[in-house]
Amino acid sequence: MNKYISQKFVKYLANLLALITLTSMILACTPQVSAPTPTESKILTVMTHDSFAATESVIKKFEDQTGATVKFIKAGDTGSALNKAILAKGNPIADVFYGVDNTFLSRALQEGIFQPYDSPMLKDIPAPFQLDAQKRLLPVDYGDVCLNYDKAYFSEHQLQPPKSLDDLTAAAYKSLLVVENPALSSPGLAFLLTTISVYGSDHYLDFWKKLVSNDVKIVNDWETAYYTEFSTHGGTRPIVVSYNSSPPAEVVFAETPISEPPTAAITANRTCFRQIEFVGILLGAKNVHLAQKWIDFMLGVDFQSDMPLQMFVFPVNPNAPLPEQFQKFVVIPEETAQVDANLIGQNRDKWIQEWTNAVLH
Amino acid sequence: MDERRSPLNRTAFGSRILQGGSIILWMLPLFFLLLFYFYPLGKISLLAFLQSQQTAGTPILEAIRSNYFLRVIGFTFGQALLSTILTLAAGLPAAYIFARYQFRGKTFLRSLTGIPFVLPTLVVAAAFNALLGTRGWLNIFLMSALGLTHPVFSLTNSLGAILIAHVFYNLTIVIRLVGDYWSRLDSRLPQVARVLGATSWQAFWKVTFPLLRPAFLAAALLVMIFDFTSFGVILVLGGPRFATLEVEIYYQATGLLNMPMAMALSLIQLCCTLAMTILYSRLSARVAQPLNLKPALQNQRKILHPHERMVAFLIITALIAFQVLPLFGLMLRSITHAGLERGQTISTIPSLSLAYYRELFINRRASLFYIPPSRAIVVSLSYALTTVILSILLGLPAAWLLSQHQRSRRMIHKVARFVEPILMLPLGTSAVTMGLGLLVAFDRPPLDLRASPILVPLAHTLVAFPFVVRSLLPAWRSIRPQLHRAAAVLGANNLQTILRVDLPLIGRAVAVAAVFAFSISLGEFGATALLARPEFPTIPIAIYRYLSQPGEMNYGQALALSVILMLVTAFGMIAIERLRVGEIGEF
Repeated sequence: MNKYISQKFVKYLANLLALITLTSMILACTPQVSAPTPTESKILTVMTHDSFAATESVIKKFEDQTGATVKFIKAGDTGSALNKAILAKGNPIADVFYGVDNTFLSRALQEGIFQPYDSPMLKDIPAPFQLDAQKRLLPVDYGDVCLNYDKAYFSEHQLQPPKSLDDLTAAAYKSLLVVENPALSSPGLAFLLTTISVYGSDHYLDFWKKLVSNDVKIVNDWETAYYTEFSTHGGTRPIVVSYNSSPPAEVVFAETPISEPPTAAITANRTCFRQIEFVGILLGAKNVHLAQKWIDFMLGVDFQSDMPLQMFVFPVNPNAPLPEQFQKFVVIPEETAQVDANLIGQNRDKWIQEWTNAVLH
Repeated sequence: MDERRSPLNRTAFGSRILQGGSIILWMLPLFFLLLFYFYPLGKISLLAFLQSQQTAGTPILEAIRSNYFLRVIGFTFGQALLSTILTLAAGLPAAYIFARYQFRGKTFLRSLTGIPFVLPTLVVAAAFNALLGTRGWLNIFLMSALGLTHPVFSLTNSLGAILIAHVFYNLTIVIRLVGDYWSRLDSRLPQVARVLGATSWQAFWKVTFPLLRPAFLAAALLVMIFDFTSFGVILVLGGPRFATLEVEIYYQATGLLNMPMAMALSLIQLCCTLAMTILYSRLSARVAQPLNLKPALQNQRKILHPHERMVAFLIITALIAFQVLPLFGLMLRSITHAGLERGQTISTIPSLSLAYYRELFINRRASLFYIPPSRAIVVSLSYALTTVILSILLGLPAAWLLSQHQRSRRMIHKVARFVEPILMLPLGTSAVTMGLGLLVAFDRPPLDLRASPILVPLAHTLVAFPFVVRSLLPAWRSIRPQLHRAAAVLGANNLQTILRVDLPLIGRAVAVAAVFAFSISLGEFGATALLARPEFPTIPIAIYRYLSQPGEMNYGQALALSVILMLVTAFGMIAIERLRVGEIGEF
């Protein structure tokens, strides 16, 4: 082409590039202070993870009581959702965040994205659930990560299900267990913490080495462990790390109605790890007052008694009745394995790394 | 050249306006990438590094100094290279059959090979497991045939499983890109070689393959980048002993909440993508040549000779066994009753039922988040169509700019050379980084898109755009410049040339590009999970929602929904191919 057009083109290109750079810079540099001043609107935004579920009429009840509309934003798994909230620090997309668990608790508090709220409902909630003294994160529900076993397999082979973690290393249980990778799966991490609680942070790897020589199978996610490896669903492993609410879920979600779950959870002392989930008001929330009402509602009996069949977790409020399937098929462990939330916060990365080095490499 | 011509000369003036117009047109894709790709990426890196009060260099240095990460990078490269070679080797014979022959059920088979592309990894894993697992059909068959009590082989958690799955997923890229280009190569050329005494191998290696190289390299690059950023396959089928950069980024970001390290690894991954693309550009610049493309129909004929028949039969059978059988197994599993896994022999005929499908339509627990399948289908299709339209609109001008290559516009050529590798970057970007980037970038007016449903098709378009460009480019570059000159002599301006000459010639490539954009959008999960609003869930999101709860019914519904996803994909692909922008007539 001719020079004239080339020059024109260069000029044009330069102008356009300048324009684009300018636009992006303006967009990037919009000052933080220009965020709209908090005004109470009638829309409450709740940010949560993928597993959140609730009955429509229960949420409607809150909306009728307050005249507000509740909008939910789901943001992937717990880690992704929490990351999303941390990155939006100061200019939150939501008013309330639900779904921080006790393994993420100290990290979430450290990021300083929550504001305290001393809900009047807390007086009903047992003290062991209230892990944040400053009441920035309030407990909502809990679930116990326990070993589940395939009842048919054990009766066919006339084998007793294991009664302790130690049993898992016995020859009788060789090649029977499948667990999840603690680096990528939350029940996997819970089981790792169980072993740390039982054997101590100095000796838990010895136990894992015995598990490895007893041919434990490790997969990355709960879905693969439960639906591919677990013998109830077509795999070859009759013991799996899952929840103590999984047996009632097997009844509720049976393909043809059954009266007994095909699986059972092992709830012997110190074989389960308790996951507690928390809710908090985000710093910079536009509707603090409404958010407080929402938290009171989440801790109240209506919402608490709706949770078990929607999310397969247990209410922290003891006044909330448990559904029939839960009363029948769930055993709540008397003594769970305990690891202090602060200790988890400090050592989580280190433990996972040590475990990875010892077990996978 | 034309310096003497007065600037007021009508044709020069007109062409300048057009030139201006087309510049704006090319700038569209660039502007789109700047706003929706580079700006979010820049913002998330800035945030990540600022938050940790580290300079960008610290975690990057830490990453490349650590033996562990170097091993991860090495593994990521190695498995991608192996997978790519296998995919190409398996894809070429299939591409040949599709390119050169006409046979019954060809269109149908072709769309079947595209289905794996959209399936969620957990579902593909289930399909493979039903066939090849320790309790899969093949093992049970071998065990009963050989009288063994133990499974003959175990595929899960092995490199073999990763490679097989990658070939399974990406075979369609080779079949479509190479096959379509091949079908347009003059079939008389290798015939001439044969007449001159070459063996059929010689004719392939010396004549056909060199002509195929542009499409072959484009397919190789796309497959390589896809395998390089593999996530679900590594996670589910590879198991915990294997980690790619993408898996490591996900773990750093969501497991450890270590954004600086996640960003550092993302940037390393981007550099690798860039390096591969630059290598590709160097190679492909040398092999691109204008060709006299023929309508596919002229090059295809029925399968006649007995030995052709046998070769075709073998290739098609292998293709069906590998690509279609797992899908069929999945379909079968979604309509069979539960409880067939435990202790039954294969002679037990399971009873069939549509219970899982029926259950999909019932909101049993009156849940606020219940997803009617019809809504998931409508949402998925709307996102997919938006993605197709956006990525074709952006991809056409971009591909045109890049195809300007050996022509006289030297400036454009320079720009194009610089821009070309950059256009591939979105494909090499980790889904977590991209998702989080879009969220932090558009967080305040005038562009507060955080809760907007438009973010999903935008993210899909970013992934689909490089695919569209790569599908269009080999075809566009092969158009002979004489045709443009002829059009110019006959008084056509640039735009008319594009509309009347180029588009009809590359119509088939546009259809291929559209099919890819469509299936990328239908199957994307990583970024969608971060961006989708619960009211507007896509089918893969709904599938994962069922899979994340225990119980036979949940599993069954996930499978049923996967079958629905397969059907939607197949119908969509066939519809797009029907809409093809007119194939060339006689030349």
